[in-house]
Amino acid sequence: MPFACIYVPDFPVAAALRAEPELQARAVAIFEGKSPLEKIIAINDKATRRGIAPGMTKAQAELCSGLALRPRSPLLESAAHAALLDCAQSFSPCVEDAACDTALLDLAGMESLFGSLPEISRAISNRAASLGLAANVALASNSDAAALAARGFSGVTVIPAGKEAERLGPLPVGVLFANRLEKDRLDGDQKIATDRLLETLDKWGIRNLHALAALPKIALSERLGQEGLRLQQLARGRTSRTLVPVEVPLIFEEAVELEHPIVLLEPLAFLLNRLLEQLCARLASRALATQELRLKLELENFTSSNQPSTINHQPFLRTLRLPQPMLDAKIFLKLLQLDLNAHPPGAPIVKIHLAAEPARPRSAQGGLFLPPSPEPEKLELTLARIASMVGENNVGVVELLDTHRPQGFRMQRFVAETARKSNREKIPDPSEEKSAVTALRRFRPPLRVHVTLENSQPVRVACAKKKDAQGDVLWKAGPWRASGDWWEREAWSRDEWDLALRSEEAIFFYRLVHDLLGGGWFVEGTYD
Amino acid sequence: MSSAVVSTSAALGRPFVFDTQAVPEVSLPSAPAEGNKSRPPQRIRRPNLSAELASVDPRLAHIIPASRLNIRPAPEMVSSGVSAIDALTGGLPRGCLTEICGPASSGRTTLLLAALTAATRRGEFCVVVDASDALDPHSAVAAGVELDRLLWVRCGENSSQNFRHPEKHLPGSKKFRQQNQPASNQPDSRQSENCLEQVLRATDLLLESGGFGLIVLDLGDLPPQAARHIPLTTWFRFRRAIEHTPTILLAIEQHPIAGSCSSLLLQLGSADEIAAEQRKNTAHGASRGWIAGDDEAPEERKENCGGEQSTIDFQFATPPHAQLLTGMNINAELIRSRLDRKPAHSVTFATKTAWAG
Repeated sequence: MPFACIYVPDFPVAAALRAEPELQARAVAIFEGKSPLEKIIAINDKATRRGIAPGMTKAQAELCSGLALRPRSPLLESAAHAALLDCAQSFSPCVEDAACDTALLDLAGMESLFGSLPEISRAISNRAASLGLAANVALASNSDAAALAARGFSGVTVIPAGKEAERLGPLPVGVLFANRLEKDRLDGDQKIATDRLLETLDKWGIRNLHALAALPKIALSERLGQEGLRLQQLARGRTSRTLVPVEVPLIFEEAVELEHPIVLLEPLAFLLNRLLEQLCARLASRALATQELRLKLELENFTSSNQPSTINHQPFLRTLRLPQPMLDAKIFLKLLQLDLNAHPPGAPIVKIHLAAEPARPRSAQGGLFLPPSPEPEKLELTLARIASMVGENNVGVVELLDTHRPQGFRMQRFVAETARKSNREKIPDPSEEKSAVTALRRFRPPLRVHVTLENSQPVRVACAKKKDAQGDVLWKAGPWRASGDWWEREAWSRDEWDLALRSEEAIFFYRLVHDLLGGGWFVEGTYD
Repeated sequence: MSSAVVSTSAALGRPFVFDTQAVPEVSLPSAPAEGNKSRPPQRIRRPNLSAELASVDPRLAHIIPASRLNIRPAPEMVSSGVSAIDALTGGLPRGCLTEICGPASSGRTTLLLAALTAATRRGEFCVVVDASDALDPHSAVAAGVELDRLLWVRCGENSSQNFRHPEKHLPGSKKFRQQNQPASNQPDSRQSENCLEQVLRATDLLLESGGFGLIVLDLGDLPPQAARHIPLTTWFRFRRAIEHTPTILLAIEQHPIAGSCSSLLLQLGSADEIAAEQRKNTAHGASRGWIAGDDEAPEERKENCGGEQSTIDFQFATPPHAQLLTGMNINAELIRSRLDRKPAHSVTFATKTAWAG
């Protein structure tokens, strides 16, 4: 039964590099602590070569030119840890969250899906890289051996069954203990015990796992107790335990804190693009899409003296709801840009938080003889662009309201769903063809007119705004009285007339309305 | 080589006719022998035409005989929703621009709704880019349009935002600039320009998006001088965008403005204008006609119908509350068509109001 371990070395550095890929080529050091006592807690290889070591103060590290110093960010580490679990979950449903930088997978039965063990290990490494994590991947017949191999060997390692002791032998003894970050979290007694064990083994001359595995069992237990035996079993690669699988919540969030507030749209778009790409990669690794994006921007809060305040940043929330599940970072970025143009935050931005609501990807069977329909992604972008021009409420489909009130309709979102509508398609029967229905063409807003009455009937209409809507009444029908909503504040009552007006050029047909409550006359539309 | 005879065949839809020596499979106008007038014409076949031409002049190697030219396929025609219009034009052509022109009350919107009804019933998605926000949803439902397949883009004075290029900065207090300005302070001409810009931009975006069966540009209430500001290059761009697609682009306007870019041009007018002019002289008595749907008429008036001056007392004329607008007669004239022309050039059809039954 094979197990895999994904281990991200120098996890704080990896989390920072995931947010700023352009730092890959530079020496990077992460510091933590309160000023002025910040200390370096994690570095990458390039920083090691420059003589930077964990434990140095920030001031000492700053003396090294070309070193990129970044504060430790729990936000970035949380996002990186979530990405690590997403990567693991995309290969196995049984994943143990061993540490913030380590994930263990049970690969039983996965060979038929993903291929041989070397292929699986390479695929895991590639997937982790696509999520922005430079991870070591190791496969072994038990989870502990895989974890040791991942911590000890860089890159991809596959240990054949029965060869654990041989392959793990050259690794230093220190690999048996928790990594530096985990050590920092140990309480005082545990830390002392761990340090004492390491010191004892060092005094005995036990430098590697091979030497530890060769020690006599009884003598070891007499001197180091059960802990010593446990360590020897680990060194021999013979431990066997079941994983404690974690139910990874389907939470897809990415965030970034900014050192300097953002004022311009372009750098914001750059950061949003990066976050969106990371989110989409994580969703894709879980074979999911998203139908809702939530953007939360923390804004700089100015005090009454117009000075920026570092506390109580105001949140600015925008939610982007999509008609169908999608997974295209470019489309999402464009939609967010259009939304922010229409609804600007109003203050400099100090933190960006982006969350995606997971959804099953849509599956639609295209038909050979179905009528054309717009692509959902393209359509969504087009509608957003049009909405930015004409207004959100001025583009969409019409939904008639259950009322007799004139203009009783509202605009709804346009969704081109062909699958649902294909069931209602009717092929028109030529024998059933009816006459064309006379259409009314409305004036919005209705044109105010002056009406000359004779015997309470309109005989002449005068309109200042439209010269065609004035003239003698050639023919009229009405009035048709309608009223409603008398129990509401917006009661209405009107008389409608259908008129044929003779103007200078021709004869036109209008609908004339007399507002009985307001007293005005209006031309509501023309029959066209 | 004798001079080529180039007739105006392109306008008539026939291929060019070149020198007979250079063209294979061309029938020679040989004089029939006496007593044998029914002898079929001879055909010359030149299988190695390109090589022969190249031997004469290398530049002639690329000439393709007219008989080998691919015939441009005719566009697919779909129903406009009105059988009389279909009989006149063959329907609306896909992948082409169609213009429907006419003044107010000429039946443009009626024909528009009929086309939308036909398209939505075929299962296609349609768009109306409404320059004047004039569409009446209730009329659309009465005509049979399936509203959930109709995307309505409402441009015009009531649009809440001006069309401006997006700002690079994030507007806000002090450090950011305000983005929107109220539209109410702008003069009418400026509003028309903004509206037109919105219409054209929206149409560009929709054509680029694709997937719609029918896209309508409703410029019916736009002032003619504003509509004429649309450059021909824009129409040409629209036409190219829908070429080889199943999309129908339909423009509703008062006067033709797309020039030769439109493949089909219909001029609408109300047939009732003529009748109304005649009826005016007989308004006192005659209330029977194309638009009146009165239920009862006095016996005296019935006897005097026929266009004569009536001597009936006005008090017996049908009062307005007994009148009913039952429909209109629309006259449609085919002005231009790049397709096969039908024998009839105009047609009249009747429409009914939704309450006429």
